[in-house]
Amino acid sequence: MQVTITVNETEHTVDVEPRMLLVHLIREELALTGTHIGCDTTSCGACTVLLDGTPVKSCTLFGVQADGRSITTVEGLMDGGALHPIQAAFKEHHALQCGYCTPGMMLVGSALLAEHPDPSDDDVRRAISGNICRCTGYMNIVAAIQAAAKASAGETAGASA
Amino acid sequence: MATEIEEIRGVGHSVRRVEDDRFIRGRGNYIDDIRLPGMLYMAILRSPWAHATLNGIDTSAAAAVPGVIAVVTGELMAQHNLAWMPTLSGDTQAVLVTDKVRYQGQEVAAVIATDPYIAKDALQLIDVDYEPLDPIVTPQRALETDAPLIRDEKEGQTDNHIYHWENGDKDATDAAFAEADTVVSLDTFYPRCHPAPLETCGCVADVDSATGQATIYMTSQAPHLIRTVFALVAGLPEEKIRVISPDIGGGFGNKVPVYPGYVVATAASLLLGKPVKWIEDRSENLISTGFARDFHMHGEMALKSDGTMLGLRASLLADEGAFHADAQPSKFKVGLFHIVSGSYDLPAVHVSADGAYTNKAPGGVAYRCSFRVTEASYLIERLVQNAAYELDIDPAELRRQNFIQPDQFPYKSATGFEYDSGDYETAMNIALDKIGYADLRAEQQQARADGKLCGVGMASFTEVVGAGPHKDYDIIGVKMNDGSELRIHPTGKAILKISSITQGQGHETTFAQIVASELGIQPEDIKVMHGDTDNTPYGLGTYASRSTPTVGAATAMVSRRVREKAVKLAAHLLEVAEEDIEYEAGRFSVKGAPDRVKTIQEIAFAAYTDFPDGMEAGLEAVFYYDPPNLTFPFGTYAVAVEVDPETGVWEVKRMVAVDDCGVRINPMIVEGQIHGGLTEGYGIAAMELITFDEAGNCIGTNFMDYLLPTAMETPKFELFETVTPSPHHPIGAKGVGESATVGSPAAYVNAVIDALRPLGVTNIDMPLTSAKVWEAIQAAGGSGGS
Repeated sequence: MQVTITVNETEHTVDVEPRMLLVHLIREELALTGTHIGCDTTSCGACTVLLDGTPVKSCTLFGVQADGRSITTVEGLMDGGALHPIQAAFKEHHALQCGYCTPGMMLVGSALLAEHPDPSDDDVRRAISGNICRCTGYMNIVAAIQAAAKASAGETAGASA
Repeated sequence: MATEIEEIRGVGHSVRRVEDDRFIRGRGNYIDDIRLPGMLYMAILRSPWAHATLNGIDTSAAAAVPGVIAVVTGELMAQHNLAWMPTLSGDTQAVLVTDKVRYQGQEVAAVIATDPYIAKDALQLIDVDYEPLDPIVTPQRALETDAPLIRDEKEGQTDNHIYHWENGDKDATDAAFAEADTVVSLDTFYPRCHPAPLETCGCVADVDSATGQATIYMTSQAPHLIRTVFALVAGLPEEKIRVISPDIGGGFGNKVPVYPGYVVATAASLLLGKPVKWIEDRSENLISTGFARDFHMHGEMALKSDGTMLGLRASLLADEGAFHADAQPSKFKVGLFHIVSGSYDLPAVHVSADGAYTNKAPGGVAYRCSFRVTEASYLIERLVQNAAYELDIDPAELRRQNFIQPDQFPYKSATGFEYDSGDYETAMNIALDKIGYADLRAEQQQARADGKLCGVGMASFTEVVGAGPHKDYDIIGVKMNDGSELRIHPTGKAILKISSITQGQGHETTFAQIVASELGIQPEDIKVMHGDTDNTPYGLGTYASRSTPTVGAATAMVSRRVREKAVKLAAHLLEVAEEDIEYEAGRFSVKGAPDRVKTIQEIAFAAYTDFPDGMEAGLEAVFYYDPPNLTFPFGTYAVAVEVDPETGVWEVKRMVAVDDCGVRINPMIVEGQIHGGLTEGYGIAAMELITFDEAGNCIGTNFMDYLLPTAMETPKFELFETVTPSPHHPIGAKGVGESATVGSPAAYVNAVIDALRPLGVTNIDMPLTSAKVWEAIQAAGGSGGS
């Protein structure tokens, strides 16, 4: 089937089997390998992408379900050459170790910040509760997302000043 | 000449990680990201039965599927003498079944296809004729005389017993028990769990049929060891095998062994002349690859009535699964379990262990643990708390009374270890102070009066890591020594090649920091290379917290070897004798004339442009480190919990961790390691369980059954430290990756048991699910409250 999707602001038309999972479309057809596969059962969140701005687990959607829609992957977080505040915060706060859950965590975090400019510890923990990290114990991930919120708020204030 | 000296960001600096730059951009290169031209995809058919005779396999329908290139069976592998492979414990393991299935999930056949979806489709068309046999799912049953023989193919194997191993002095221990006023015992099962790294195992095997060159990209924590095993298994010349571990999405011990999938994919690539990719799905990872623990433990402690510890006995029954495939030093059948006397001055200790085959997956790996130290630490720390209750002494006081004292180091333990250094009481005092132990005890009394169940528990663990000295430590005969190679480029930048490999520990950052401290080159000017057997020195890999104790030491030593030559070059450039050169922070100056100085960068340039007659060009060295001893990280973890008597749900109110891992190379990374270990320790204590039904069906085959802590359950940790440098490690470091998984499960469990103490509950086996806690409360007669 022919599917037209916009990924990281670039439109792609690809011919895929109806049963192809969205994560495979992204990884294999579009060669965007920053989106990972961890469990196959919607449990771990390593495959999280944003579908029209909302976090979804791309191992549990078919590629054809994304027809006509817009997807953001980790490769789309940067703004030109500049890191997204959440990317910078993840490095600064040591919020990643093996790096495998990181793209999903950052995308969930970025979606949270879009809705919630100043999330509490509990807000962040709820937001990332569908994403498993085996390395960090989450504390630094929570700290990074909160720091990114502050950095984003600062940027917004700076831009409007 | 520069007058301002930039501070060298070496050991002790929380340098941000260089590896993060690719990971935060989605530019990591994990195994499944590798795509080679013409690559084929492999999927594995696994047995639904735990124990069954294989009467035949019909692969014709699968082979007829368009896109299927080959169907590989055990028979085909046997034609190439590859149906069986050696394990890291000196046993053998079936690559693909030829005779009978020995556990559910065992590899029966493999399909190679042009597309991974087609490969999985074809699996369903393979018709296997199984004849089910009685499965054995406990080691106790396995050792009964009428138990069916699991390893009937193994010459000389007449029962399901694998090994008997003892350590310590039995007579001295018996004598200690004869003198005891009190003997406290504990029977506890440390259940099977699984490291479950977020990335599963896999490989891309690429054998060039023209040259015979085999390049195997693999999720391996030990690529050099794997290369040697492959040379032994397949008879391939070792120089033509190149194992590359790309970025690895977590290991925790799961990625140490050789798995059948690696061997079949490599054989398929050899036979087909094309690259073959094999990536496990999550269920395959959980049901067939290296599990952990599965130890049935009995411990007894002999004490005087005043609390003095006299002796300790431990007997173990290890469930090894269908093949003895533990990854541990060959001399020690139950790893380093004999560290079981822990932090205590126990004069007499005896350990006795037996291993049994069962119809369960093989591969007892050390899940974030140095060779069974976790089980040992759990047993002693649980026993100490029960002993304190028995004697009506506060558990902290009983520990204090029996700790090995700082002036006793180096301390020779009753089981033969020489503890290098420690100060256990100071660490415990900090933990007690930070958690407010006295106040918690007072609050606990009040809470009990109010019908609430509050508990505080601790573990004062001692680990043993950094295997190891060549005289005692090898795996399949290969000594556990590791190498480091350092080359300084003409412009003063460097490349460091190490035998260990990061799976998240941050080696690309921390190992550069070691060189930075030794030579004064900033860490960002040093590229750290690892994981490629063609381009790194030999070594046994990253597990058992051994990278810092072994390769970290090799890195310090190779830097010093380079520095020796740098001193000669400095002497040449400054026209003085070598003895007149002194080194500090990247600057080589003339003694007594500090303004006569050459930087390491100037010396590096001279090594290629202006060296004296008779000296070789270049500035590089290699060093293989043979540790003189193991290292002994320690600490105290203290946990406060509240248990809901109505539901059995328990909640961690506080978790204080005091760690002493010697000198900290990068404090930020050390704390990250501790956070992760405390979380996995919590998972093991609270929820992680691989179990089996009577038919041998694995329960725990996906992340809806095998539960991992999310951000919602994971406690918030409060970290503190003491620093007792290792006296024998070149930079005083001890290793830290696993302390928290080793030490913390007993702390969590002790806290819950402490909460239930008024009910008379003395043990609940992990994981402490709310259902099990509730059942224990009910069995004890209710909530215990008013």
